[in-house]
Amino acid sequence: MGVGIEVANLNAWYGTNHTLQDITLNIPANHATALIGPSGCGKSTFVRCLNRMHETNPIARVTGTVRMGDLDIYQGATPVEVRRRVGMVFQRPNPFPTMSIYDNVAAGLKLNGYSNRKSLDEVVEKSLKNSALWDEVKDELKKKSGASLSGGQQQRLCIARALAVDPEVLLMDEPASALDPVSTSKIEDLIFQLKSQYTIVIVTHNMQQAARVAEKTGFFLNGRMVEFDSTHKIFTNPSDKRTEDYITGRFG
Amino acid sequence: MKKGTEESVQEEFQLRTRLRWLVDKAATSLAVLSTLLVILPLVAIFIYLIIQGAHSLNLAFFTQIPKPVGEVGGGMANAIVGSVTLLVIASLLGVPIGIGGGIYLAEFGRGTKFANGVRFTADVLNGVPSIVMGLAAYALIVVPQHHFSALAGGVALGIMMIPTICRTTEEMLLMVPHAVREAALGLGVPNWRSVLSITVKTASPGIITGCMLAFARVAGETAPLIFTALGNDYWSTSLNQPIAALPLQIYVYALSPYDDWHRLAWAGSLVLIVLIVLAVSLVRFVTSRGVLKGAS
Repeated sequence: MGVGIEVANLNAWYGTNHTLQDITLNIPANHATALIGPSGCGKSTFVRCLNRMHETNPIARVTGTVRMGDLDIYQGATPVEVRRRVGMVFQRPNPFPTMSIYDNVAAGLKLNGYSNRKSLDEVVEKSLKNSALWDEVKDELKKKSGASLSGGQQQRLCIARALAVDPEVLLMDEPASALDPVSTSKIEDLIFQLKSQYTIVIVTHNMQQAARVAEKTGFFLNGRMVEFDSTHKIFTNPSDKRTEDYITGRFG
Repeated sequence: MKKGTEESVQEEFQLRTRLRWLVDKAATSLAVLSTLLVILPLVAIFIYLIIQGAHSLNLAFFTQIPKPVGEVGGGMANAIVGSVTLLVIASLLGVPIGIGGGIYLAEFGRGTKFANGVRFTADVLNGVPSIVMGLAAYALIVVPQHHFSALAGGVALGIMMIPTICRTTEEMLLMVPHAVREAALGLGVPNWRSVLSITVKTASPGIITGCMLAFARVAGETAPLIFTALGNDYWSTSLNQPIAALPLQIYVYALSPYDDWHRLAWAGSLVLIVLIVLAVSLVRFVTSRGVLKGAS
């Protein structure tokens, strides 16, 4: 089951560049939350702060609190523990190039020392079914390399890989921006199914996509969160003039 | 007037097309020529070695030790075994240290002063003449032990392998896309595990090439062995005793005034090259299947 995320006074820097300023919001459990805004507004940095990937860059810095259920991810846990509970899907599909489809999905468990073959088989099958890839790859699981799949299949493979470690939260950083329309709609259908079991945060440039998949939407601009509300309200009757300007295509 | 302009434009276009065709052909020919020049020395050496050395190759060459001056026959069995022994010692020392250092430079020490110092040292070490490497091993091992030994020779060769392996490992690791590292970290894999199981594995074909280059380079070295392994006309497999080596034997035989020894030197050179080619092919073959399958 997913957990809610409470973010309070989150600030983030790249060197001297203050990329996130005083972000406070509550992301509801078992729903999809979309983050929109022009390029460079800080939305990717924001999701990277939720699984402590931001700090993998040596010049990056974070302050503020992020609570995930009972867990304070910056005070009460190591980055590795956090990332096991928070899965991430990146903008470009990034399967492990030397591994088969099977090994890609099992990678998270295997690399953490899990080796029970029978239950690995089960996890791989379940994860690939959950990411709607099973039927396309089930005959060549161990023969075919993950890198030999099409872009859309690779991205669903990456989703399966993230699901295999059984996270509570799934972060998606523009998961469909490198994909064609058919693959994109498959990913969106997937988000629809997955949100009953996971809390999903999705960064997107595509406003129709946000409107289609998310219950809640946040609008970011210049490192600040301008507005956070139900998706319906954001797209039909935003409170802030800047949100309205962005949605109606006046800038960005 | 207008028609004239059109014609001259046409003419210029045709001229340029022809020029472009010429430049294209010239560039392609230059590339082909360069490729031939790259292959030529190796092929020439190989053919010459076969002409000069093949007729002296017989069973005795691979099974007997050198005979005293004046006696016909004899072989280089001890030198072949000696070279293999030296190269095994060198690889046991050079490969782990080189790869370990490369991993440190690329993954853990990136940007630190210490790493920059190590990188600089490796580059300098790469340029140190091999005879100086021999002197270093002489001072470090031969002098305290008061005798020449296979161990000292192997260590001298091993030290020579380190910088090449270290720097190629670093370069190959840096070529692994950042996205691949992020994917591993994003799964909750600890950094050290991600480095060993994902990054190094992804870069392994390049790292293996680096090791092979270093191996092939030291396999033919003579200078570092002169005052470390010394050479030996008799059977020895002891690491603590002087040991024969193909390059050393070739060196001694080629400088001798005896025709019989000259022929053996040619045969030895041929065997040395064939051994290197075999070793490189074997490693390529083994790593293209089994544990590292998929890495290349």
